[in-house]
Amino acid sequence: MSPENTKELLESETSGGLKTELTLGLPGDSQVQKSGIKRGFTDVVHLNDAIAESQPHSKAQVVGWPPVRTYRKNLMKNGKYVKVAVDGAPYLRKVNLEIYSSYQDLLTAMGDMFTCLTICNVLNERKLMDSANGEEYVPTYEDKDGDWMLVGDVPWKMFVESCKRLRLMKSSEAIGLGSAAPSTPSKGSSISC
Amino acid sequence: MAQSFPEDVLEHVFSFLNYDKDRNAVSLVCKSWYEIERLCRRRIFIGNCYAVSSEIVIRRFPDVRAVELKGKPHFADFNLVPEGWGGYVYPWIVSLARAYPWLEEIKLKRMVVTDESLELISKSFKNYKVLVLLSCEGFTTDGLASIAANCRNLRELDLGESEVEDLSGHWLSHFPDNCTSLVSLNISCLGSEVSFCALERLVARCPNLKTLRLNRAVPLEKLPNLLCRAPQLVELGTGAYSAEIQSDIFSNLAEAFLGCKQLKGLSGFWDVVPAYLPAMYSVCSRITSLNLSYATAQNPDLVHFVSQCSNLQRLWVLDYIEDTGLEALAASCKDLHELRVFPSDPFDAEANVSLTEQGLVAVSEGCPKLQSVLYFCRQMSNAALVAIARNRPNMIRFRLCIIEPRAPDYLTLEPLDTGFGAIVENCKELRRLSMSGLLTDRVFEYIGTHAKKLEMLSIAFAGDSDSGLHHVLSGCESLRKLEIRDCPFGDKALLANATKLETMRSLWMSSCSVSFGACKLLGQKMPRLNVEVINERGLPDSRPESCPVEKLYVYRTIAGPRVDMPGFVWTMDEHVSSRLSRVTERRGD
Repeated sequence: MSPENTKELLESETSGGLKTELTLGLPGDSQVQKSGIKRGFTDVVHLNDAIAESQPHSKAQVVGWPPVRTYRKNLMKNGKYVKVAVDGAPYLRKVNLEIYSSYQDLLTAMGDMFTCLTICNVLNERKLMDSANGEEYVPTYEDKDGDWMLVGDVPWKMFVESCKRLRLMKSSEAIGLGSAAPSTPSKGSSISC
Repeated sequence: MAQSFPEDVLEHVFSFLNYDKDRNAVSLVCKSWYEIERLCRRRIFIGNCYAVSSEIVIRRFPDVRAVELKGKPHFADFNLVPEGWGGYVYPWIVSLARAYPWLEEIKLKRMVVTDESLELISKSFKNYKVLVLLSCEGFTTDGLASIAANCRNLRELDLGESEVEDLSGHWLSHFPDNCTSLVSLNISCLGSEVSFCALERLVARCPNLKTLRLNRAVPLEKLPNLLCRAPQLVELGTGAYSAEIQSDIFSNLAEAFLGCKQLKGLSGFWDVVPAYLPAMYSVCSRITSLNLSYATAQNPDLVHFVSQCSNLQRLWVLDYIEDTGLEALAASCKDLHELRVFPSDPFDAEANVSLTEQGLVAVSEGCPKLQSVLYFCRQMSNAALVAIARNRPNMIRFRLCIIEPRAPDYLTLEPLDTGFGAIVENCKELRRLSMSGLLTDRVFEYIGTHAKKLEMLSIAFAGDSDSGLHHVLSGCESLRKLEIRDCPFGDKALLANATKLETMRSLWMSSCSVSFGACKLLGQKMPRLNVEVINERGLPDSRPESCPVEKLYVYRTIAGPRVDMPGFVWTMDEHVSSRLSRVTERRGD
């Protein structure tokens, strides 16, 4: 369309009488929107599946959603939060490692958090036990290199620094797990605080 | 009528009218009442700083003592309003300083406040008493130093949840030694340490101090020093609530709390170490307001503490409270008016806590006075919403955020129209509603039909067509504020309800289907509305009329288009059509 025609079209649209579809009357039947924002539920499901496939641990983030104030977001970020999974429990927890000063503190907290578990001392190692079924849990963690290690072998601060997530693993599955100290556990104390 | 009462009698009668609504009604009775009222109005509330100019305000009300101003739209809280949009308070302060030398109070919300503004405030008013800055930004601790140094009779300094550039904690030391007038001090938003000695001395010499909200940097070990010097406190915000576990710290803390017999409100609790929560047991039974929304404590410590507060009226808490905690709350806190549950991990796809719709249903069942709810969760059902609506027909504010956009009823996979429909139908006093989840046009039909007292509505990722928007605009008689994002609402409903917009404070629409052409039409048709388009990508290159706008903010005003807009905001009025037809033009920032 030539520039003159375009200009005429714009002018006729804006002159007093509203000759175009943009009227001040009541709307008629709903029309399909041009910009395609409308999405059926199945579309959303497919879209979310696609997103989930590409990012297994988090959904694509939409600006300003969920509606949590920046102020609140910023304040919550402080501290080193890591996920804690317990084999067999349906929900993950998060702990802020920075509020504890020792492995003992951390184990106590985990015992509080997962109320079915109590700390028991078995051969100088710290373990957690489910008194209901006698199942023993060994605290393990994933370190910066992606390796799964037994909790308690390195100095506490080093542990806080390198820990990415925690898992209370059933004792039976913890065989052959990596240990930071290549020497045998009986050399010195096994947990540094 | 003008002869019936002398002016000073009328003025005396009017002095008992505190609500703006009443004063506005009175000024409409006759010209002489209008004149008398305007001369004796002392408090002004301006819900949108761009709806009126300071000149108009000052001309009508020559002797004002308290001004309250709000700036940016609510969605600015969620980063939807770009930096530089506006809301500058400085021009207002200049005018107020000139016109009202006896101004005592300024309250600002979502405004840009500079150090220059603060300094001007501190030096312009002879009897300045109250400064409240909620969700403001743009100032530093230097500005606070001016306030501290120059306001001899300062009663209240409340920094709300503002973003303050923390240059130094030294500003607090600027309060002179003879300043003893403080009643309320809220510095909870400040990042860095303030001088503790200065704080201690300040608290000690202000016998009327009732509210003290500390910032995170004030260590727990030092809290008893402050509490002992202010046993009359009614509201306390702690600093970080963590310390190494030591019995003397605990006993000092417990003893200090024991002395605070007036304490009704608690907040703060950053980095909480649960072992220290019992130090507050002596005050729990008197606590009516508890803000644990920064406290990362989990159950059982969390619920145990909350359950001690049997007279609780307001609780803000993280979702660590879980369904079990809310069930305990419902059993022990029968006076609860307001509940806010915030997400501890809003961006994680996986749920990290066992908090579902059940918790909210339990509270709605057990707490007969519950009227205000803000609830973040990951699943919801129509059945739960219907139950809540039936349990609590006295609900006034209901804000539900299901974290996943467009999430359906998790039991039936249906939209949540029925559930929210039940809310608006049963809760006839509902004034504020925020919705989420999968919603079709039907829910808006219910809202338009039933929500006759609704004043504020927030919608996201909802609806199918313009019908939805039309139902709301044509049906909600009391609607003042409408904010919409990511909904397929477009030109038709907007233009069909143009006159409705003049009866409202404002309308926000972002990521919807409203075209530039429609905005232009609206702006031209409605001279008493400012129709502002926010388009960070500039004006469209081709087919501008039908191109959708990124964001639209429409508000009524008697001040005309604003003059302080950044390059990405345009007022769509009769002047804009020439700009739109020059399709290649881009306005520089």
